[in-house]
Amino acid sequence: MIIAERKPMDEIKRMLAPYKKVLVAGCGTCVTVCWAGGEKEVAILASQLRLARSAEHNEISIFEASVERQCEREMVAEIKDKVTEVEAVISLACGAGVQTMSEMFEDKPVFPGVNTTFIGMPEKEGLWVEMCGACGDCFLDRTGGICPIVRCAKGLLNGPCGGTRKGGKCEIDPDKDCAWVLIYRRLEKQGRLDLMRNYYAPKNYRAVKRPGRIQAAKA
Amino acid sequence: MNNCIVAFCCEHSAYPAADLAGKLKLHYPENLRIIRVPCAGRVDLIHILKAFEKGAAAVMVMGCEGGACHHMTGNTRTKERVKYCNLLLREIEADGRLVAMFNLSPNAPHKFVGAVNEITKRIKESGR
Repeated sequence: MIIAERKPMDEIKRMLAPYKKVLVAGCGTCVTVCWAGGEKEVAILASQLRLARSAEHNEISIFEASVERQCEREMVAEIKDKVTEVEAVISLACGAGVQTMSEMFEDKPVFPGVNTTFIGMPEKEGLWVEMCGACGDCFLDRTGGICPIVRCAKGLLNGPCGGTRKGGKCEIDPDKDCAWVLIYRRLEKQGRLDLMRNYYAPKNYRAVKRPGRIQAAKA
Repeated sequence: MNNCIVAFCCEHSAYPAADLAGKLKLHYPENLRIIRVPCAGRVDLIHILKAFEKGAAAVMVMGCEGGACHHMTGNTRTKERVKYCNLLLREIEADGRLVAMFNLSPNAPHKFVGAVNEITKRIKESGR
């Protein structure tokens, strides 16, 4: 899923400074799971903004709304009535959600309330780690399902490097496992260690053209 | 609700302690508003923030002593939540110490009064 973290309060306050009627819009998918922009975080941010503005004697009217997925026009349309009532929107969805919202309500400024950071998974409660760099040319079949592009600090396709520490830790961050040690152990378990002998040519990063666009095959 | 102290009291510990404080006729500030909750773990961030929005001067969350929670981990979870709430308040330049977690047993009325006095002191220090 897409991982995001809330922007610093000062930045949010600065974006909303000129407005008196604001909608805090959440998204019920990825950002809900990573505690950045779900219904609960919408309520917390709205409350913080009300308290901050009230302390400055600069009252603000805040509306709250969340949709299942802010990156889908049909779902964003559900909160159209609320958007028309306000001067600006602060979206707690990922960048795709903010842009969908902004495209649908072109006459309203839509601000990002979170920084979209990476595609990852929860490692333990409250900790998410990056798992995929969305490079467009998946390499996982050769690495036992462990992505060296994002999980190796150097993004090496032919690892490990010479700096692996004792215990299989990364030389850049001793708290982090060396991705290539993990790959070796995984391939060993699968009896596919011969893959470690392969040399992989530099990756073709042109596989993803920006902006990305995928058309599903028509049935 | 202006300038009152909102105390979310666990019905297994702080609420009986408050009751006992009343029975013993112990004095504590009259602006205390007690909200009985089934467990301190029931108290969420939004409950605390809403209390401040409605004008509370401070919020206390009072639960069982460590290891004595009737719902196993309600008090420890809420302790973390209260810590996070301190941070949320500091983010908006409010005094984070105005929300606090206290752990006490049901037979500790003096500790209950002490906690209320402590938060009252913090309110005065914050200039409210």
